[in-house]
Amino acid sequence: MTDSILELTDVKTHFPVVSGFVRRRQTGTVKAVDGVTLSVGRGEVLGLVGESGCGKSTLARTIMQLVPTTAGTVVLNGKNLSDCSAKELLVARRDLQMVFQDPYASLNPRLTVYSTLAEPLIAHRVCPPAEVNARVAELMRLVGLAPRFMQKYPHEFSGGQRQRIAIARALALQPKMIIADEPVSALDVSIQAQILNLLSQLCREMNLSLIFIAHDLSVVKHISDRVAVMYLGKIVELGPAADVIERPRHPYTRALVSAIPTPDPDLERNRQRIVLPGDPPSPINPPVGCAFHPRCPYAQEKCKAVVPPLIPDTPGREVACIRIKEI
Amino acid sequence: MPLLNVTDLRTWFHTRSGVYRAVDGISFSVERGETLGIVGESGSGKSVTCYSIMGLIPQPPGRIESGTAMFDGVDLLHSTPREARSIRGKRVAMIFQDPMTSLNPYLRISEQLIEPLLIHEKISRRAALARAHAMLEAVGINDAASRIHFYPHEFSGGMRQRVMIAMALITKPELLIADEPTTALDVTVQAQILELIKKMQRELGMAVIFITHDLGVVSGLCDRVQVMYAGRIVETADTRTLFRSPRHPYTRALQRSIPSMQPKGAELFTIPGMPPDLSKPLPGCPFAPRCEFAVERCRHETPALAAIGADHPHACLRVQAGEI
Repeated sequence: MTDSILELTDVKTHFPVVSGFVRRRQTGTVKAVDGVTLSVGRGEVLGLVGESGCGKSTLARTIMQLVPTTAGTVVLNGKNLSDCSAKELLVARRDLQMVFQDPYASLNPRLTVYSTLAEPLIAHRVCPPAEVNARVAELMRLVGLAPRFMQKYPHEFSGGQRQRIAIARALALQPKMIIADEPVSALDVSIQAQILNLLSQLCREMNLSLIFIAHDLSVVKHISDRVAVMYLGKIVELGPAADVIERPRHPYTRALVSAIPTPDPDLERNRQRIVLPGDPPSPINPPVGCAFHPRCPYAQEKCKAVVPPLIPDTPGREVACIRIKEI
Repeated sequence: MPLLNVTDLRTWFHTRSGVYRAVDGISFSVERGETLGIVGESGSGKSVTCYSIMGLIPQPPGRIESGTAMFDGVDLLHSTPREARSIRGKRVAMIFQDPMTSLNPYLRISEQLIEPLLIHEKISRRAALARAHAMLEAVGINDAASRIHFYPHEFSGGMRQRVMIAMALITKPELLIADEPTTALDVTVQAQILELIKKMQRELGMAVIFITHDLGVVSGLCDRVQVMYAGRIVETADTRTLFRSPRHPYTRALQRSIPSMQPKGAELFTIPGMPPDLSKPLPGCPFAPRCEFAVERCRHETPALAAIGADHPHACLRVQAGEI
């Protein structure tokens, strides 16, 4: 993966916790993203999975520079986004677009499809005003919508169609990379399949890089080349998608994989399920040492002492567990 | 005699923009101790079915046009309010999808837990609290003695769902209706809740109606599954038969569009089009416009839910005729 488009080096995003009514003071820090190092290649689809609150959405927002990075660098296409000026950022963001989870909330209900899709074209002056109309029609065709719906409003579309509009909006500036934050979680199975097909087809045809965030591992396995598993702000396992999900190494990934219900009654009734006790811990007071140790079936004393680094396991595979050789 | 027997239930919503036939003539039954899964996409009428049985349909705009729901000799749809109250909340209980909005944020959970006991069992507050405490421990809440006095916001999502389950089961119901109880939860927490429902079912010997859109959840939990589409039941069978040899084209299509059932990287199978608009009359089979096997006959003739051969009823004219 020498030809990478996005390089994250030890990225940290912390939020202060402020309490008190009259005397406001900082009483803690939420370490939403805590030291993530990652690279995404050109045309690669990287799946990012984890439970709610593990920091996957914050990581996406950090890459987009929607929230400031506390430490570390985000380098897109050779340019360090974390110390760009607002003006430089505006230019850099052309290459980096985002699709959000809820297509009901992420589209402006007062704008027609045309206005939604024309806005980035006009703001970035990518084509002469006379050609905007044609370009919008082209974008709509690209995502499988008929251009005759151009003057309609979002409420006139179904959830799946709205998500198509959101994807068209992300594609308007011909970005090199798209971050999709749970783009299919709000959709029904049959509609979900349509959107997944569309995304993988677009990535293939336009050589787009995609960071695909989801909590549904079967969806991630289907669409991604590589998968990164996050737990409490850190990546605990990284590797080729099918490999990670079929042969998980980290105890957390194992539990996560075993928790997915499979649509096969015989398999489902006979297999051993690892049911993790408790809820994910709070990122305000993360457990010391390995953040997973209170829920981990393999935890020992030494797991409480050190924060396990992400170390290469098999080729292309990285795991953050100090007992990986023993279990 | 089945525990619950629903026949020809029709729940329509009369709105300004037309009559929505949310549930349109469905019949099914649940045996004692059985787990029935109801599967379908959003808008297929699976929740409305259960809300109708529980008497939770806002009327107006909703109206139960026809049908009966016999629970142990009492018709829940046409009984006096007094009779219905003695069953609902005591012998039939329900848990909902969103544990964030279905608990009262103003009341301590102790108050909410003992409410059904005080109403239905006429026992003292002290005895009710003791039962609530035992129930919280049974659903796996540690330190129940102090947490019983917490407010809902002091619990996490998974814990709130446990409180909901405790509340539903405190009267030892014979039938539990679970409306997508794990949809809002993470997979690891979902696994915990599913295990809990299974365990409580074994202990109390109750029947469960489990509503979900996730075929994976159904496969491990349910004895029997019925698939709904556009307010009708299109297929019903025991879980293994339904997964091994689905008959109705909709069930087949649904199964084929799940990513984990397909080779990686392959184009996913998709169902063209969208579910029909329920405010318009649907002549013929409601799935016909999206069905790859539809012929002219499907657009005129309404298929009935009928079994051909073994106990595996489905509503497809062409499958019934042995054509596909």
